[in-house]
Amino acid sequence: MGQIQLNQVTKRFGSVEVIPPLDLTIEDGEFCVFVGPSGCGKSTLLRLIAGLEDVSSGHISIDGVDATETPPAKRGLAMVFQSYALYPHMSVRKNIAFPMRMAGIDEAEQNRRIEAAAKALNLTDYLERRPGQLSGGQRQRVAIGRAIVREPAAFLFDEPLSNLDAALRVGMRLEISELHERLETTMIYVTHDQVEAMTMADKIVVLRAGVIEQVGSPLELYHAPRNQFVAGFIGSPKMNFIEGPEAAKHGAHTIGIRPEHIAVSAESGPWSGVVSVSEHLGSDTFLHVHDTGLAESFTVRADGEVNFRHGDRIYMTPREDVIHKFDAKGLRID
Amino acid sequence: MATQHSRSAARVMMAPAVVLLLGWMLVPLIMTLYFSFKQYLPLRGGDLGWVGLDNYVRFVTSSAFWPSVVTTLAIVGGVLLITVVFGVLLAVLLNQPMWGQGIVRILVIAPFFVMPTVSALVWKNMFMDPVNGLFAHLWKFFGAAPVEWLSQASMTSITMIVSWQWLPFATLILLTAIQSLDSEQLEAAEMDGAPPLSRFAYITLPHLGRAITVVILIQTIFLLSIFAEIFVTTQGSFGTRTLTYLIYQRVLESQNVGLGSAGGVYAIILANIVAIFLMRIVGKNLDA
Ligand SMILES: Nc1ncnc2c1ncn2[C@@H]1O[C@H](COP(=O)(O)OP(=O)(O)OP(=O)(O)O)[C@@H](O)[C@H]1O
Ligand SMILES: [Mg+2]
Repeated sequence: MGQIQLNQVTKRFGSVEVIPPLDLTIEDGEFCVFVGPSGCGKSTLLRLIAGLEDVSSGHISIDGVDATETPPAKRGLAMVFQSYALYPHMSVRKNIAFPMRMAGIDEAEQNRRIEAAAKALNLTDYLERRPGQLSGGQRQRVAIGRAIVREPAAFLFDEPLSNLDAALRVGMRLEISELHERLETTMIYVTHDQVEAMTMADKIVVLRAGVIEQVGSPLELYHAPRNQFVAGFIGSPKMNFIEGPEAAKHGAHTIGIRPEHIAVSAESGPWSGVVSVSEHLGSDTFLHVHDTGLAESFTVRADGEVNFRHGDRIYMTPREDVIHKFDAKGLRID
Repeated sequence: MATQHSRSAARVMMAPAVVLLLGWMLVPLIMTLYFSFKQYLPLRGGDLGWVGLDNYVRFVTSSAFWPSVVTTLAIVGGVLLITVVFGVLLAVLLNQPMWGQGIVRILVIAPFFVMPTVSALVWKNMFMDPVNGLFAHLWKFFGAAPVEWLSQASMTSITMIVSWQWLPFATLILLTAIQSLDSEQLEAAEMDGAPPLSRFAYITLPHLGRAITVVILIQTIFLLSIFAEIFVTTQGSFGTRTLTYLIYQRVLESQNVGLGSAGGVYAIILANIVAIFLMRIVGKNLDA
């Protein structure tokens, strides 16, 4: 069990209100991802849920029980920190055993859980080592192991993969997703990497300056962003925004079109521009187009085979059915 | 890569420093060894020739030798215990965010800047004086008879004075160490269900291990040779005669340079024994 409910929660540091009143429900077993730009209050929100920060007002309940005043240890949540926060003078085994030792679980049961966690996380060979003798990915797994053995109601992850290199990140991303499938425990995951958010989440919470901009499944956010901020934040490369007469034609203040929804050709199309940079990724080519008369810069995702170069004039045809329309306030028009 | 030329140039450049250092260390050491094999009484006939190991035998067999070793070790041990325990507590305390932190920290460090002679005199005359000392007034206030600190509780007094001087040093080193503790580790332990005392025992204290070791080693070096504090307070009486003080008495009060020199060699040996024990006990903390 691990349903978490935030009710009119606010957080102030001195006179600065980092989180204005906020409501959010995270269902039992859900994989919920908080995304948002740096400094928007993702970590703060997570720490409020963990109990490491006190709320300035409002209530947090876990499984329907008010936990606002409950100390962190009693909330039954486990946290994986960005720096891993392993205990450097204890072996991997002792690190993993620590929460069970504090809970007074008997030795045999401790060992059983340690062995199980070590096996699941490929740590069996490293149990007697110190954290300092492990690689980044292994440390990450120890931190996860330490969280698992407590059998918490929910896991809290604060940018757990940000210290890893790209290849390892992809691997660990899969491992965490698999872990979630297997344990079916609630997970709250903070990241500013929107690929992580899209691939892992059941539910994404997009934050800006402590305010929830939209909550929804990854595809909901992709297909129907509630406003211009979410539209620009979700999806990679970023959505193109066009203002002015071109937008007015669609009856909107701003229209948005994703790079992957534009067809390019060398001969004809309603929009045209000059290629400034073309990035060949093999499978795709990202074309950065200037001088379109529509927007400062335009990004188009084309086939890996196209062969436009710097300075080439190209013609672009948007898919009319996936043009997003926004009003002057940036809100979606349907 | 150093070329032949630059290497010999380096040697020439370093030579003065090396020669100076060698002289600094070797000359006194060799002179001590030299005199320790001689009967040398500056005011009673001067150099009376070689006497072999006589001085060494006389120094060890004198009734004052073993008590002085015990006294030395007791003072060193007592001061180490007090400074480490209170140093850790003070460091934890000073690390808490509080009002006036800067001033409090400076005040805590202050005793370290007071010269040993001065601080011992201040303690002797202002605190421990049985007639006019602050302690005497305090005792009288509660209706108790004032304690004659330096005679009735001489070892306690000296340990107290020296601890007071060294506590700032220990606190300072331990405070910097405690400040480098990653707060996420403490938070992780908190989430893992460790109450404050367990967090201190399992996270903070092990983190301080290396700093405590450094404090112990450095303080031991200096504490083995404390002198001024004893000189201006008890003058070695009431069981406060340390090995250093005994050597001083042999050389200057008895004017027996040979005997004192032999004592000096024993002091070197004692320091080395203590060092070996310490490295055995705490040295492993220094490995990464
Ligand atoms: N202890 C604190 N005292 C004062 N302000 C704080 C404190 N902790 C965080 N803040 C402020 O709260 C805001 C949100 O911080 P938070 O750490 O939650 O951001 P974040 O979304 O996690 O960013 P990032 O992606 O960079 O980790 C920031 O503007 C930060 O300056
Ligand atoms: Mg953060």
